Order: sequence, then structure tokens, then C-alpha cells
Amino acid sequence: MTSRTSAGVRRHGDGPLLRALSSIPALGYLLVLMVIPLGLVIAYAFLTSGRFGGVQGPVTFDNIARLFQPLYLEVLLSSVVNAGLATFFAFLIGFPAALAITRLSSTWQTVALIAVVLPFWTNFLIRTYAWILLLNREGILSDGLSLIGLGPIEVLYTREAVILGLTYAYIPLMVLPIYASLQRLDPVLLEAACNLGAGPWRRFRTILLPLTMPGIITGCLFVFIPSLGNFVIPELLGGGNSQMIGNLIRDQFLKSRDWPFGSALSLLVLALLVIIVMIQASAARRSRKWGA
Amino acid sequence: MRRAFGIAPLWILYAFLYIPIAVVVVMSFNASDNPFLWSGFSLQWYPALLQDSDIMGGLRTTLIVATGTTVISVVLGTLLALALERYFPSRFLDAAAAAPAVMPDIMLAIGLLAFYTLVNFTLGSVSVMLAHSVFGIAFVAAVVRVRLAGMDSSLEEASRDLGASSLKTFWSVTLPGIRPAVIAGALLAFTLSLDEFTVAFFTASPADPTLPIVIYSSVRFGVTPQINALATLLLLVSFIAILLIQRTSRLGDSLRRKES
Repeated sequence: MTSRTSAGVRRHGDGPLLRALSSIPALGYLLVLMVIPLGLVIAYAFLTSGRFGGVQGPVTFDNIARLFQPLYLEVLLSSVVNAGLATFFAFLIGFPAALAITRLSSTWQTVALIAVVLPFWTNFLIRTYAWILLLNREGILSDGLSLIGLGPIEVLYTREAVILGLTYAYIPLMVLPIYASLQRLDPVLLEAACNLGAGPWRRFRTILLPLTMPGIITGCLFVFIPSLGNFVIPELLGGGNSQMIGNLIRDQFLKSRDWPFGSALSLLVLALLVIIVMIQASAARRSRKWGA
Repeated sequence: MRRAFGIAPLWILYAFLYIPIAVVVVMSFNASDNPFLWSGFSLQWYPALLQDSDIMGGLRTTLIVATGTTVISVVLGTLLALALERYFPSRFLDAAAAAPAVMPDIMLAIGLLAFYTLVNFTLGSVSVMLAHSVFGIAFVAAVVRVRLAGMDSSLEEASRDLGASSLKTFWSVTLPGIRPAVIAGALLAFTLSLDEFTVAFFTASPADPTLPIVIYSSVRFGVTPQINALATLLLLVSFIAILLIQRTSRLGDSLRRKES
């Protein structure tokens, strides 16, 4: 009893130096190189663009007002639709695959999961580039379709190619959270439903879907968020035809040098994401209540 | 039969994930100048990479950046993990530490560009290194925390009871216990930095681009056979790194146990 107390005292007695040493550098680092930069973006959205890039006074709401011009709203809408469709297709392929992984033996589940994550850790540009090879008019897909009389086709530099590229880039992020929530599901529930005569669709709709909803929502966010801000895939696979909001932000910062408007555009993205995450949080609360 | 049908969706996913990668690898051994047309086996594009000064320059910059990122991320990320797990557990700090990993990268990219410009920090290898470390710290901290949480803190208490200083306790008790996670975190930070494009694109000097930026510029203007060879080598490096991470940290198992 005494020794426990003394351990406690000692622990707090000679710890402060190490405690301070351990937390200050990393938190200071994130403050300077993450919090302050994000704060700058927010502040710049309300300033005026300088003549040679950079910003100057006075404080203005012009940039925010400009966001509501039809041109920009259109790009925003098409970005949301592209990211949304990519999320949908990632779910369509990812959910059954995640379900299939849970049917493997424990060792094979590990192998299967690593095989899903592996492409995600390879160079993102190269994975996008691979689709240029596949989708080009002279590429393999077009040649293959020509052989059976359906080609040649040009998928590259279309909106479909952008959606395909986004789906491809982020689908591992859909599979992992869904797998995690499927694994927690009690298989007895499915067996019971099966014994009571529920068909596969009914089992999916009344058991699998509602009980894995938190994982599905997390997976959807993991695909949607990076898709929305992406500017590389629209440029490389969509050509000039399929600009997304990320391209606009990039151009404002690196080409037109209108930083305040670029910041305002990125605030729009951020606002959208905050709304989506809030909806997700309230859905998660509801599903917890439902579970209890 | 039923079982084979049951895992069919997994094969569809793997086909989707790996066919494009396989095409790049196969085409890197193509003898033809035309990157779309197979005309025979050749290794010529691999030595050609060594002659390409843009690619070699990009590789040099990337290796400098990735090495620096790894050092910064491992030191600060491990300390952050200790702070979050042992000293100041708090939800707010958890969120702050996880933020870089979930934020759209373009936000961080423009924020850092604005920040570097404001404080007149010259763009170059160091600016990219500091930027990549923001992600790196978050990832190292996340990996090390899991290990710390699973470690019995009574060992550290015993060490202190026996009169070891905090520093001594850290070196001889805590660090050996978390070593696999620290190594895995280091590999993770290195791979991340090696592949990262968006933030590097905004924070690198145009005169001194990283390898992903060199690839981007070249791919924008068309496909060259050298890029296939370079892509194959980079895929190989990433695959080896992730398998090493898996071996040291049992990444697969932690993916599976994440559901708790």
C-alpha cells in the first residue's frame, strides 16, 4: 500500500521534465505547421489579392460572394457528383469484397487485407497513370473491345474516366472500415434470418446493411473526402473537360495567383465536409441508440 | 461450390486493383518506343532511367526529403504518442494529432504555401520535408500509441521505483518495448513522403522538384516508356516497404483488431 503511494508520488515527482519535453515539440510543430497554415487560409479568404500574388487589406466578403456565381457553383456541384459517384461505385465493389474477406480463415483474412491495402501504399500518380495506358484510344481496353467489334472507344478524357480513377484510387479506404464492422457482426443473426426464410436481398437489407452502417459511413467519408479535393485525377484522366474544385483551387494559387479567392474556394470545400461529418456524427448517434 | 461463389467479389476487387498495375509492369519490358504497343521483350528502359537527368535529380531530392521526414516524424511522433498515451490523455489532443491524416491534403498544401510565403521561408527540400513531417508525425504517433496502449505501464513504474531516472526508464524500458512500432512508423513515414504529391507540388521549389512532381510533369505531356520502368521500380520499393512494415508491426493483425 505504501509502496503504491510512493510509486504514484515518484511518478508525478520526477516526471514533469520528461512530460513537458515529450509533448511540447510535437504539439508545437503541429501548431506552427498545421494550425497556423489552416488559420491563414481562413483569414486569406476575407482579404484582397495583392498585385503579385500574396494578400493585402482591406477585409472584404467579395471572395465569399464570388463563390455563388453560377460558374463556380457548377464546378462544385459536378465535383460533389463525381466524388459521390466514385463513393457509390467503391461501395458497390467494396462491400461484397469486404463480406467475402470475413468468410476466409483467420490467416487468409490478414493476407487478403494486406492485398487490399498494398496498392494504396504505392505511388498515387503511377496508379492514375496506369489508367492512361488502359483507357487510351490506342490502349488495351479499346483494342480488346475492337476485337469483339465494340471499339475503338475513347474513355480517356471523359467524366467517366475521372469517376473511375477516383474509385480506383480510394477503394481500399472503403473496404477496411466495412470489413471491421462486418467482423463484429454476430453470424448467428444471419443464420437465424436464413432459417426463418429470408432471402439474400432481405438478409442484406434488414441485417447486414443497418448493422454495418457505421463502417459503411466511415468508408464513404474516407473515399468522398479525398475525392472531392483531388485535382490530379481530373487533370490526367479528364483532360480539360472535367475540372473539379481542386483544379480551381490549384489554379487560383499557382496560376491566377488570386490567393484570397483560392482560400475562399477551399473554405467552401471545408464547410461542405464539416456538414457531411456532422450528418455522419448524428447518424452514428442514432445508430448507437438503435443498437441499445 | 457455394464457398467459391462466396469469395468471387474479392477476386473482382483484386482484378480491379491489380490489372492496371500489372499492365504498367508488363509494358515496362516493352521493346517498342510506342508505350501502347507491345513489340517484344526488352530491358532497355531501365538503364535509360539512369541517363535521364530530370528523373535522377527528382530521385535525389525525394530521397533527401524522405530521409529528413522520417527522422523528424519518428522523433516527434514517438514523443507525441508518449504524451497522448502516458502523460496528457485528452480527446482534444487526440483529434489534433489525427487531423493531418483526415484533412483534404490540398488544404494543408495551400496553407503551408501561404505560411512559407508569409514568413519568407525559401521553398526547397527543407520546406517539403517540414510539410511531409506534419503527416509523418500523425502516422508515427498513431502506430506507436497502439503499441504503448498494449504495453504494461507497471514495468515503467517499477523502473522508476527502483530509482531509474525518467530518461533512463525511457531508454531501457519504454523504448525497447515500442521498438517494432517505431521501426514500422519510420517505414510508414518514409513511404508516405516518397509517394506524396499534392503537398510537395505546392511547397517544393520549381527548380528542385521531387520525383512524384517529375512524374506528374512528364505524364501530363504524354506517356513515355521510361515512365513505365520507373513506375515498376517505385511499385517494387513500395511493396517491399509495406511487407517490411507488416513483418515488424503485424500491420495486418492491427487492421483486423482495429474494430474494437
